[in-house]
Amino acid sequence: MPGAIHAEGLVKTFGDVRALDGVDLDVPEGTVLGLLGPNGAGKTTAVRCLTTLLTPDSGKATVAGIDVLKHPNEVRRSIGLSGQFAAVDEYLTGRENLQMVGQLYQMRAKAAKARAAELLERFGLADAADRPAKTYSGGMRRRLDLAAALIVSPPVMFMDEPTTGLDPRNRQSLWDVIQELVAGGTTLLLTTQYLEEADKLAHDICVVDHGRVIARGTSDQLKAQTGGERVEVVVHERDHMATARQVLAGFGKGETTVEEHTRKLTVPVTGGAKLLAEVIRELDARGIEIDDIGLRRPTLDDVFISLTGHVAEETGPTAGTEGADEATTSAPSAKEAGK
Amino acid sequence: MSAVTDTVRVSVAKGGGVGQSIRDSLVIARRNVVRMLRIPEVVVFGLIQPIMFVVLFSYVFGGSISIPGAGISASGYREFLMAGIFAQTVTFAVAGSGAGIADDMHKGLIDRFRSLPMARGAVLTGRTIADLVQTALTLVVLAVVAVIVGWRTHENFGKVLAGFGLLLLLGYAFTWIGALIGLSVRTPEAATSGGLVWLFPLTFISNAFVPSQNMPAFLETIANWNPFSATVQASRQLFGNMPAGYPVPDAWPMQHPVWASLIWSALIVLVFRTLAVRKYRSTSA
Repeated sequence: MPGAIHAEGLVKTFGDVRALDGVDLDVPEGTVLGLLGPNGAGKTTAVRCLTTLLTPDSGKATVAGIDVLKHPNEVRRSIGLSGQFAAVDEYLTGRENLQMVGQLYQMRAKAAKARAAELLERFGLADAADRPAKTYSGGMRRRLDLAAALIVSPPVMFMDEPTTGLDPRNRQSLWDVIQELVAGGTTLLLTTQYLEEADKLAHDICVVDHGRVIARGTSDQLKAQTGGERVEVVVHERDHMATARQVLAGFGKGETTVEEHTRKLTVPVTGGAKLLAEVIRELDARGIEIDDIGLRRPTLDDVFISLTGHVAEETGPTAGTEGADEATTSAPSAKEAGK
Repeated sequence: MSAVTDTVRVSVAKGGGVGQSIRDSLVIARRNVVRMLRIPEVVVFGLIQPIMFVVLFSYVFGGSISIPGAGISASGYREFLMAGIFAQTVTFAVAGSGAGIADDMHKGLIDRFRSLPMARGAVLTGRTIADLVQTALTLVVLAVVAVIVGWRTHENFGKVLAGFGLLLLLGYAFTWIGALIGLSVRTPEAATSGGLVWLFPLTFISNAFVPSQNMPAFLETIANWNPFSATVQASRQLFGNMPAGYPVPDAWPMQHPVWASLIWSALIVLVFRTLAVRKYRSTSA
């Protein structure tokens, strides 16, 4: 049985550019699919085809079981779309924006009003509800845009780069909303350039590049394709690098790579945290002071590079500080682990 | 557990049909009127130009332009002129609707609307209705200024009202041209200049500011058949601003200006509404 979002062989060309080059997707009901890829990979085009904004050149798609090409207006009743740019009228207040969208979803005026008040409260916009949206911060506008997409609690949601350009706090609060939404049974297709975001929110991930899906699977499956875990050490003194390398060679399952200028050594390992503790003890015993040490599993960044041969055009939003899949510990806690 | 995950479907009116088209159009019209009231400078600047035209044309050209049947007289020209200025003012709404729709495209609002289960022409219809409201307000202010500089009507109230009705209809028709321009360009700025650039020749090669009889023969023919001239001629007649001995040109639209004005406006709405709605449905900003 096809999922809540299902597409087969979607092709869309703009002049010479094949923005979509035969994309197949399936998102089971109540799950999140992360469409991951750099700028220009075709993510937005895919969303636009599935939300009836664009007609694909060929291929077929259903959303909530309804044929997108044959019954676009029926599809529109069942979806919410939150685009890359907060699509709100900046001269209307937050409340007016939501009421308008509610009425255009064919809600009665009274119901739209009640629902708008409820969502403004939920999204922390109650205080700003009667101010024009142009006085809102970027994060507030994005929340208003998302609230507009949710006004009829559609069973299927599309979010095109929902957190692009947001600061970490606003990003986190949007993630919370998305997780709550999915917990409530909504099916979600999410596009992102942020590997961390896909990792955190999506059940399944499709990596797209040049209009094609080049890999799909769960985040763990994709990482497993790329390779195993490794230990990364940053030593304090440049003079200690040679000794550290000897230590690591004793634990490693492969070639140790050395980055001179950052004083970073990396070696593939098996054995997880237990092995990490041994490495720390050994380094400590040899009197090597370390700035940073960690056990690192491949990130989606690594997956992306190994699949496409190039880096995603923008790196993770809060690279380093919030890396969800990195078990990297900072030096002080590493020392604790070593005790 | 909360508003977000609440999956209780809220009461939704039955979709489809003319009722939905009207409801959706009014929701959008209301939004655009509210917007307009919150950006009053747009309305104010929209008024300055026609007021300047009234003053400049009346006083600068008034003493030199000969109107058949009235000769050269500043007061006679002023009466002759006003229908032309009114008509030019209503057609300038083309820039407003074009810029507004281009701005909505630019800001992603058109995408949002297109993803909603709303009537397909409603976004554009709502916009043109709001522009009609603005045009009506502008005409009221302009008529007051015209009276202040000495413009008078010489027909009964019903006919004067009918004259304004034809002007509004022409303005409404032109906002559909604006809608098509707005959907076809990338920026609001382009929509404004794209809306105005052809309006100058259109409004000047007409009977709006000077009698078409004073033009070279081929321009006179264009002027007499210009859709714009028909409305000017019709409202000029309905206001009673046609000098007693004014020779009516031989062309059919000038002989039957009210019918010509109605037909032209209806035709413009029909053609440009069809094109604009088609463009809206397939547009990909």
